[in-house]
Amino acid sequence: MQPYLQLDGISKSFAGVHALVDVDLTVNSGEILCLMGENGSGKSTLIKIVSGVQPQDSGTIRVEGQEVHDATTAEMIRHGIQVIYQDLSLMPNLTVAENIAMARTIREGRRLVNWGQMRQIAQEAMDRIGARIDPDATVGDLPVGLQQMVAICRAFTSDLRLLILDEPTASLNRTEIEHLLALVREMRGRGIAIIFITHKIDEVIDVADRVTCLRDGRNVGSLTGGDLTYDRIVALMTGREVVPVPFVARIDPTQAPVLSVRNLTKRHNFADVTFDLYPGEILGIAGLLGSGRTEIAKALFGFAPADSGEIRIGGKMQPIRNVREAVEAGIAYVPENRLTEGLFLQKAVGDNLVSNVIDDLTGGGILIDEERKAAMVTQWIDALSIKVADPSAPVRSLSGGNQQRVVIGKWLTRRPKVLILNGPTVGVDIAAKAYIYEIVHNLAHEGAGVILISDEAPEIVNNSNRILLVRGGRVQRELETRQTSAQDLHRMVAAS
Amino acid sequence: MKLFQRSEFYLLVLIALICIFITSQNPNFLTLQNIYGVLRSASVNGIFAVGVLFVLILGGTPDVSFPAIAQVTQYVAVLALIAIGGGNIALAFAIAIVLGAVMGALNGIIIQVFRVTTIVVTIATFNLYFGMLYVLSRGDVLFEVPRPFHDFGGTLLFAREGANGAVYGLSLLPVLWLAVMIAGWFILRRTMLGRSIFAMGGDEVSAVRIGVNTFAVRLFVFAFVGALAGVAGIAHASLVLSAIPNSIVGVELEVIAAVVLGGASLFGGKGTVTGAMLGVLLFAILRNGLVLLNISSYWYDVTIGVAIILGMSANAWQQLRARRNQVHVAVEGEAPR
Repeated sequence: MQPYLQLDGISKSFAGVHALVDVDLTVNSGEILCLMGENGSGKSTLIKIVSGVQPQDSGTIRVEGQEVHDATTAEMIRHGIQVIYQDLSLMPNLTVAENIAMARTIREGRRLVNWGQMRQIAQEAMDRIGARIDPDATVGDLPVGLQQMVAICRAFTSDLRLLILDEPTASLNRTEIEHLLALVREMRGRGIAIIFITHKIDEVIDVADRVTCLRDGRNVGSLTGGDLTYDRIVALMTGREVVPVPFVARIDPTQAPVLSVRNLTKRHNFADVTFDLYPGEILGIAGLLGSGRTEIAKALFGFAPADSGEIRIGGKMQPIRNVREAVEAGIAYVPENRLTEGLFLQKAVGDNLVSNVIDDLTGGGILIDEERKAAMVTQWIDALSIKVADPSAPVRSLSGGNQQRVVIGKWLTRRPKVLILNGPTVGVDIAAKAYIYEIVHNLAHEGAGVILISDEAPEIVNNSNRILLVRGGRVQRELETRQTSAQDLHRMVAAS
Repeated sequence: MKLFQRSEFYLLVLIALICIFITSQNPNFLTLQNIYGVLRSASVNGIFAVGVLFVLILGGTPDVSFPAIAQVTQYVAVLALIAIGGGNIALAFAIAIVLGAVMGALNGIIIQVFRVTTIVVTIATFNLYFGMLYVLSRGDVLFEVPRPFHDFGGTLLFAREGANGAVYGLSLLPVLWLAVMIAGWFILRRTMLGRSIFAMGGDEVSAVRIGVNTFAVRLFVFAFVGALAGVAGIAHASLVLSAIPNSIVGVELEVIAAVVLGGASLFGGKGTVTGAMLGVLLFAILRNGLVLLNISSYWYDVTIGVAIILGMSANAWQQLRARRNQVHVAVEGEAPR
């Protein structure tokens, strides 16, 4: 059978750095190809070439056997190739109907707007994938899962032959992911070729017909059928076996809890949240998106303070009415969205690392002690193995895994008593994840209390000693990690 | 969107309250003669406001060069009509619109090519255009404008005789303003071009990916603003019956404030013609009210400042309330709202 898309010997370099080297890749109609690879392995560049955003330096692209020369975005769309970007590329200020229909009305060269027709185009696209979204809703008001549906609907306003999804599940909750995977399978059934990019191996095993892996810009091989196992995929991605090290808590039973929460309540967010966190513990919080897990974290960090309830730090009552009070009490928070909430992206790695301890560096004065700052930056870059040639490079130039280490490092400089991690490894590749877990384990071993919020059951089970199951804004159950498997936890969360 | 969630609604309430207050102090406010006068005096800023609205929706800081463009086009058009010894008002408009569009397009080209923010580029072109006008005119004031300006500015619809014997009626300037607003509304709501402006204001990278020709759209917006500045320049000359090189500049912040008060976002992607109109009307009514209440015009700036703060607060308060009542989590056992 002739593949729908065939790439032969694609190479691309930027300023002398090889992003892609002699990559061959094929996708067939009615096939789900999972494209994997660590951050910086060349996946994004490959997508840009296939979608016509950037030209390749050498190599050929064939669509249904026909070579495509000097591909442009418009031409690739005509071939039925559509990309769902990770950022979704939607206009948040426009309605659902407009977001879906506009690309098509522009393509058709229309000059006037026919609102009725826009709604009709949108409705047809939504019907095709069984999405039910109010066409007049403003896209920016929708949850991310629905926004993604809107982006997918948009792809269906043209004759879709190959759909490329770039990390589509990174910001979705479990229900939304399951819906998406079902949709992708259904598209496969209709003969659409699919390239699915993800870091989540359980998803790959779930959905892929074939996995192709890039490493350092090269295609290092593919797996199909029975070879699609966790270990084989990890080995292919990293070139070595990565064995997760489970967390073993070392708790001194005589010590008082570092954090005690009693009946914490916030209207429309959560109610009667009660738990203790002991030094040396990692407490996992599991629950669906919208269960209140993030809201609890934000309240503890003073970002959206609770209405009532008690918080004690080291046994002492500690009102938390704003972020400053939380920080001064020794609480640190690594947010879900590190890009917008956790980092000064344009600023240097070093500046970001010390941004929480500027008061210490000025020694009470107004000028920063540059020598102490440099020493501190070097110390933390070493301690966290952040890969950066020069600490004055902006954070945005780092890979996802390294950025996440900077966010965590930024808080470690304050030696927090309580560290709250919300989705700490979202968008981080496997090898980098292992480093982050190690850092967190060490922090707990040094006596801090850690709260780990995550969507991924294996992540919680491997990196906690106790788990709170959150549902409907309330703590439903408390589990001992030793007696809980990832499958059990996954099932309990999904059932909630 | 529900009516009471829109900033236009709050602005309308604010205007109504102010009108009630002024009328209670001086019943002359609510006479047809006075209303016609308010509309006439608001027209020039009203025409500017439609252009400002387009730039704000496109996103990326406001344009401030439009008064300089109006100033130049007005002067050139008046000179041209003097030179040919009359002509007609259509010719004046044609000259001002074409020249204004070219001057505005230059803004668009610089912004697109050099990727500099609008406000920086337009501060530069403001000085460039305004400075050139001074250099070339040597500051000469054209106290007498040709006949067609008098005719256009003096034409009154629904004319009738007032109590004091003076004839009053609806000037053509508000009619021109209305035409500009309808054109603006049509472009924004009913054309793909208008939706592309909104799309770029929402997310420019996304707009590129769905096929919006961002250069063409940006060029249009700035040429349109320039053309409207030309229209406003002629309207202004017909109103004051002179062409003074520095008689328009200085209105830029007031017009921008009026449009923002009308609900346009400084971050792009949001705004309506109705809102821009209400913002301009609010300021015109305040100005008129101070005259009717015999308050020194020095107080005008103070009241403008208060009005902006009130308008913004109402808007922000409404959004804050909406956010507070937002349900983040359907908490089990919590009483429903």
